[in-house]
Amino acid sequence: MTGVDRIAGVFATTRGQGRAALMPYLTLGYPSPEMTVPLIRAVIGAGADMLELGIPFSDPLADGPTIQRATHRALQQGMTVARCLEMVAALRQEGVSVPLVLMSYYNPILAYGEAAFCRAAQEVGADGLIVPDLPPEEGAALESGCRSHGLALVYLLAPTSTPKRIRLVAERSAGFIYLVSVTGTTGAREHLPPDLEAFIQRVRAVTEKPLAVGFGIASREQARAVGALADGVIVGSALIQVVEQGGIAGASAFVADLRSALNCTGRGPRNPGMNTEGS
Amino acid sequence: MNFRSLSRQTLPDERGYFGPYGGAFVPETLMPALEELEAAYQAARADPEFQAEFQALLRTYVGRPTPLYFARRLTEYCGGARIYLKREDLAHTGAHKINNTLGQALLARRMGKRRLVAETGAGQHGVATATVAALLGMECVVYMGTEDMRRQAPNVERMRLLGAEVRGVDAGSCTLKDAINEAIRDWVTHVRTTHYLLGSVLGPHPYPMMIRDFQSIIGEEARAQILEAEGRLPDGLIACVGGGSNAMGLFYAFLDDPVAMVGVEAGGLGLESGMHAARFNDPRRGRVGVLHGTRTYVLQDEDGQILTTHSISAGLDYPAVGPEHSYLRQMGRVTYTVARDEEALAAFDLLCRLEGIIPALESAHAIAEAVRRAREMNQDQILLVNLSGRGDKDLETVLRAKGGGR
Repeated sequence: MTGVDRIAGVFATTRGQGRAALMPYLTLGYPSPEMTVPLIRAVIGAGADMLELGIPFSDPLADGPTIQRATHRALQQGMTVARCLEMVAALRQEGVSVPLVLMSYYNPILAYGEAAFCRAAQEVGADGLIVPDLPPEEGAALESGCRSHGLALVYLLAPTSTPKRIRLVAERSAGFIYLVSVTGTTGAREHLPPDLEAFIQRVRAVTEKPLAVGFGIASREQARAVGALADGVIVGSALIQVVEQGGIAGASAFVADLRSALNCTGRGPRNPGMNTEGS
Repeated sequence: MNFRSLSRQTLPDERGYFGPYGGAFVPETLMPALEELEAAYQAARADPEFQAEFQALLRTYVGRPTPLYFARRLTEYCGGARIYLKREDLAHTGAHKINNTLGQALLARRMGKRRLVAETGAGQHGVATATVAALLGMECVVYMGTEDMRRQAPNVERMRLLGAEVRGVDAGSCTLKDAINEAIRDWVTHVRTTHYLLGSVLGPHPYPMMIRDFQSIIGEEARAQILEAEGRLPDGLIACVGGGSNAMGLFYAFLDDPVAMVGVEAGGLGLESGMHAARFNDPRRGRVGVLHGTRTYVLQDEDGQILTTHSISAGLDYPAVGPEHSYLRQMGRVTYTVARDEEALAAFDLLCRLEGIIPALESAHAIAEAVRRAREMNQDQILLVNLSGRGDKDLETVLRAKGGGR
């Protein structure tokens, strides 16, 4: 089974259950290299359906202050791409079976070598890749590497995306499509943008691929509102803030709360026969 | 000096590539803005009205053409090639930066964007952006590393006098790279109302092409001026290269000519120290990568993390270089050398005392290279150096460096 298949399997399951998948984001190496694996396991235990795991980069220009801080701290503690991959391997060895999607800016992947990175990611048990500074126009080489290794290369859409770009990303994104909820960087926000529903509908109109929404989702209420519209809910900065204050126990309680919010969105199951395969 | 001719007609391609360098590596949120910017720029480029307004302001507001000056005493001091200085330091705001900010601000107005954000290292680009924002009645926010705010304090005050808001960036090395990160974050957040007025031939397509075009007036003027003064083309051109906009601006008009070209990187404390900004001249750290939206030579570690840089001149203190420079180097069209901090300081002194011109520390790197080269050339040869900015902003840095060195 490939990474693409495993991701599709999760969305098929959660759609069947009439709810959105919960995808927490954590930075590998945060709050410390020693605590990362226990933290991820706790978050999975609390109900995460899959995880987005960030490889720290010196210049995270799509990230707001919280993830910048987490990234900086991880790098200060000696995190490298190789150590990130070792952590994924360790998670798999400890029996973690949920899909793990790596988030990396493009330069560390280029420095590793695109083909070599894809091979290594598959070997350690990663299922997909999110590269926030790689639009599909520049993605041919990495896409081909991902295809050879069964990895889902997930592209992003934003509220500013034109109809033409929505069609382009919908065609090229594998696994799911990452919908950036707001124009801006990552970071917890008090309110969801008012145009989010219309944005999701614009994308739905052209694709049946699963849509996961991230950026700015910070509370149970926001997760529930987004979960009623989308197939996946990504929570990053808010979770890292919880870890900053409450450690592993706090993170575990927060994720369990988000998950229970998604469990009762009250929406009917979406057609389970829907195509959830990546291209 | 040797050269290899290269046609300038075809660069970049429609995807913004100069050979394997360039492109557009940005978050999706910005992709529509880049598409809009390129369409607006192509339309403006072909619009006689836009060009007429731009040219008129370059003449009456910027003070163009800037002079080409024969540096007699510097030439005599070197005892070799005749040295000419293209006096961009005499442009309004004291550097070449205004050529680009004026062009982009007119374009922003045409696109209906009333807010400008910019990054600045030495402060020259920030001042030039604040200036055109005042000229056109636009809102202006300038991001500047706190280390640069300290060493270029007069320019911070200038920007504020001009009505701009200067926001300090306290991340990473607190210099130009970090200011660009923060400017991009602002742009992502306010993309619908804001134009990002990038200051060098960097960043995603169409910036490297557009900024080169706005700066190419430097070389066009210099080419006509040297033909008038000497009746022939120069043997060599020299310019400093941070991002590389003053160098591209000078070189571009000469690319088809039998003229050698040298770009000078910041050697900082020396290549072996690692404390420099020599993307091309330190092959261990300078490798092809992607930073700030473009594929080019980047100072990075083995893991692809961007390295902090050092230069006594804030304007050269940056880990990447414009993609067209990477291409010109690969094609063998331009040679890239380094000048260390102390060489730039010596050249700074030399120009002050021999010519009565206080150069920007950035430009002093080009002067240092010119002095080295002129000595090895014949007296009937000609070197043309881009004096990209004036040095008033650097007085404190220079005085401190001298104090520390004695």
